[in-house]
Amino acid sequence: MRYLPHTKEDIDSMLEKIGKPSIDSLFDSIPDQLKTNEPLDLPDALTEWELDEHMLGVEQSIIASGQCTYFIGAGSYDHYIPHAVKYLISRSEFMTAYTPYQPEVSQGTLQGIYEFQTMIAELTGMDVATASHYDCGTALAEALLIAVRKKKKKKVAVSSLIHPAHKQIINTYLAPGGYELLEIPYNEKGLTDFSKVPDDDIAAIAVQSPNFFGNIEPMELAKKACDDKKVFFVASFTEAMSLGLLKSPGSYGADLVAGEGQSLGLAKSFGGPGLGLLAGTNKQMRNLPGRLVGKTTDTNGDRGYVLTLATREQHIRREKASSNICSNNGLNALTAAMYLASAGKTGMREIAQQNHDKAVYLKGKLSEAGFTFPFDETPFFNEFIAKAPAGFAETRKRLIRDRCIYAGLDIGTYFPDLKDHYLFCATEKVKKEDMDNLALEVKSL
Amino acid sequence: MNHPGTSGLIFREPELWEKSRAGRCAVSIPESDVERAPLNTEYTRDSLELPELYEVDMVRHYTRLSQWNFGIDSGMYPLGSCTMKYNPKTNEAQASRDALASVHPLAGEEYTQGALKLMYDLERHLSAITGYDAVTLQPAAGAHGELAGMLIIHAYHEKNNDQRSKVIVPDTAHGTNPASVTLCGYESVNVDSGKGGILTPEAVEAVMDEDTAGIMVTNPNTLGLFERNIKEIADIVHAKGGLVYGDGANMNAIMGIVKPADIGIDVLHLNLHKTFSTPHGGGGPGSGPVGVTSALEPFLPVPVVEKNNDLYTLNLDRPDSIGRLHTFYGHFGILVRAYSYILSMGAEGLKNASEYAVLNANYLKESLKKTMNLPFDLPCMHECVFNDKNQQPFHVSTMDIAKRLLDYGFHPPTVYFPLVVEGSFMLEPTETESKETLDQFVQAVEAICREAEENPEILHSAPNITKVTRLDEVSAARKPCLKG
Amino acid sequence: MKEIQDLNLPEELKYSKDHEWAKQVNGNIIMGIDDYAQDQLGEIVFVEMPEVGDTLSQGDEFGSLESVKAVSEIYAPVSGEVVKINEDLEESPELVNESCYDKGWIIEIKPDDLSELDNLMDKKAYYEMLKG
Repeated sequence: MRYLPHTKEDIDSMLEKIGKPSIDSLFDSIPDQLKTNEPLDLPDALTEWELDEHMLGVEQSIIASGQCTYFIGAGSYDHYIPHAVKYLISRSEFMTAYTPYQPEVSQGTLQGIYEFQTMIAELTGMDVATASHYDCGTALAEALLIAVRKKKKKKVAVSSLIHPAHKQIINTYLAPGGYELLEIPYNEKGLTDFSKVPDDDIAAIAVQSPNFFGNIEPMELAKKACDDKKVFFVASFTEAMSLGLLKSPGSYGADLVAGEGQSLGLAKSFGGPGLGLLAGTNKQMRNLPGRLVGKTTDTNGDRGYVLTLATREQHIRREKASSNICSNNGLNALTAAMYLASAGKTGMREIAQQNHDKAVYLKGKLSEAGFTFPFDETPFFNEFIAKAPAGFAETRKRLIRDRCIYAGLDIGTYFPDLKDHYLFCATEKVKKEDMDNLALEVKSL
Repeated sequence: MNHPGTSGLIFREPELWEKSRAGRCAVSIPESDVERAPLNTEYTRDSLELPELYEVDMVRHYTRLSQWNFGIDSGMYPLGSCTMKYNPKTNEAQASRDALASVHPLAGEEYTQGALKLMYDLERHLSAITGYDAVTLQPAAGAHGELAGMLIIHAYHEKNNDQRSKVIVPDTAHGTNPASVTLCGYESVNVDSGKGGILTPEAVEAVMDEDTAGIMVTNPNTLGLFERNIKEIADIVHAKGGLVYGDGANMNAIMGIVKPADIGIDVLHLNLHKTFSTPHGGGGPGSGPVGVTSALEPFLPVPVVEKNNDLYTLNLDRPDSIGRLHTFYGHFGILVRAYSYILSMGAEGLKNASEYAVLNANYLKESLKKTMNLPFDLPCMHECVFNDKNQQPFHVSTMDIAKRLLDYGFHPPTVYFPLVVEGSFMLEPTETESKETLDQFVQAVEAICREAEENPEILHSAPNITKVTRLDEVSAARKPCLKG
Repeated sequence: MKEIQDLNLPEELKYSKDHEWAKQVNGNIIMGIDDYAQDQLGEIVFVEMPEVGDTLSQGDEFGSLESVKAVSEIYAPVSGEVVKINEDLEESPELVNESCYDKGWIIEIKPDDLSELDNLMDKKAYYEMLKG
């Protein structure tokens, strides 16, 4: 096996040094009755050539490629990834390093994450951003755990229009501690109805904007509802690109922000690994779980970076730690930093604007093709809900199979009231021609 | 000199925004082919202060940063309990295949059969390696797997109307163990590993009762010793209605040798970024699959990949499930890498990996024990723990030795963990280091220990040839500067 | 680390087994951590304090001291209400190291029952405890 170094001579001389007669005897400390006697039931080892062939087969049984057209988002977005980003992130000094526990030989990761924290703080309008979490859903659950602990309350109120999977994750995280999630209903505009925040004694209100329907939430109403109840204002987003154009959650006074950073240079990759973002106000700095990188100096007075405020974390605080998080999604945080540094101030704005422009155009085209829009007047970023004309489901299937066009996501499974409704998305990657063709296909029903 | 220590070519590089010049941009954006649709300014931001660079600046910035990092591809990285083995390049190539990178998580089952099959097969392969009846791939990291496992134990007791309040955690455990216990609303009860470095049935018997949900065991433990009493301990815990959680962080020692399911462990998490060679990425993304016995299978997180008549589906309808832990299906891209590793290694290759990991650790242990103090001089598994007792008379600490190793071109081992050994220096060479490299490492440690006696100052000031010297962590924590 | 005989342990203070000191000033109790504790912890980087108005019972954990790589809890020497916290510690936690009995005081408590002070040790008893 090409990853394994030892020749027979190596093994013999090493065993001699150890004073053992055989490799098997190295395992003498394990009682025989605990050992397995049979070889592992696994397929025969493949050569690299065979593996290539095998994986090509896997690839061919999936309808997906860089050439496909994705009119679906819902938490995973098809944005263009610059070649320079892909090239740089694959440098093995970044990829094959461990968590930067030895800062003198980890300054690359550390400065990179420090710059990431800086840019995420700017994007979200918050004081402090952590070095990353697994995904938006888990970051949001962690944010709500901060709230219930700090406020010493048993309940949180969550908009019914946060990503449905995020609601499930929050439940999973909160239930064993005896905490409860209450939902705030949505109104006829497809927005969270902040006049219907439950009267219960809650620790936080969580709202996603743009919400699961793609609509831009009235964040000042969310803030007011939080102030009225004196609870944490927790904001989330699944489409980081929206913040190239939209006001930041921090500018509306959020205490904690959880977000998904997949849009910032990361492949969809069947939903993972993405990038969990978690940011807070200065007041929440020491309550934030997960790693933080800080700037300091070395013994020569030169600038350097270290992991800091580690006393919040499990390896020091053990059972008293607020979270058990250890590995985060560091490499993806660095990817996002590369993306943000590449697009920069003007690039982010332009790409975000094009997302919106294309989504508006797509909506117009779908309207011509017979779709209707339940929340027609509500502002959105790059996603919106459309009610399909009869027979669309079949056309949609055909488009995927024949042309690899994913025309919207059926949201009837998530919102049974919205049968025949689809969540459409347009990113900068979709072309006018693709949208015109989609409309023609639907019209020709 | 036989060691690879070098100061290399180290450029200085400012922070991104110091290089910024208004008007630059490093991405290519086609002109829009649709009309501009301005959004009401009520919703739009006034500014977004990101750096403005052109592509060359961006590329040089990150290239220079990368050169300040030490990775497995740079040299030996014997970080105990972290299994820093070689990350095969073919795995990267497989994971970045167009369809695998492009597949949308909500594309629909019928169009993503290959991705679902890969997950289904990987679950079966991990089952074969660990002996469990069912595996979930959803947890996004080892600690996330621990959380999943403890939630499963919590759900099991809940289902039996027998909720309990405590979990036993040995003093050798990773910090994530007690933290996971707390997250599930349990209290952790410490149990000492004892003089022999392993748990005794008596110690567990003394704390196990009918209000205890179970025990968390790392086997081999963090001292690199196999918990040989595991079966008796499991029997004690099971007899009182508890469950045994296995932290599989150290699975790299026992593939093809011990199946955790056979030795009384009911739930186990694996770290694909340790045992199954996926890159650590400077701190993730990892992946922490969890294996369970058939009794615990109903509690696995949703969705579960199922196979019915050659059609792979995602089942969400599982009433006893602990729920969802990830927005989609976990870290698929990492799963692809682990899958290609397992296919490349095969049964024999994986067993060889464990054998060589143990061979290498014992070789290091024997080679270094005349130089450094070895608190537990027992045959070890894949890692061994020394400390600085022999160097203390010269006022040289584990930290000093670790820092000096950097000058010699080696990444230091894990230091000051496990907590049960004062000043611990925990070495895990892994199977992918050759005898020549191990010998170089031994020579470096020997040279450093001679320096400790003759010239301790050089250790106190180490590292001397890295990009930066020791950093002021006190100021960093007192006056946190977390952004530029 | 200091040898036990080198510790500065003022006569007039009362000491707890968790290495806090307490003294009575105008009917209130001022407390902090003693020379032994600050020396053991090393450079303190953060002091987590309660809020004014919190009520504590003797022995309650009410805050913590953090060094770079360790956390240590602080316990209430007597029962009562927190009437003042040392706000200077927010910006300058090093005061606990530099001046643990004076500028590095932590909180002031309005005690429920002054006689609880008798549960604490005087210098001599505390010194004996440290020597073990």
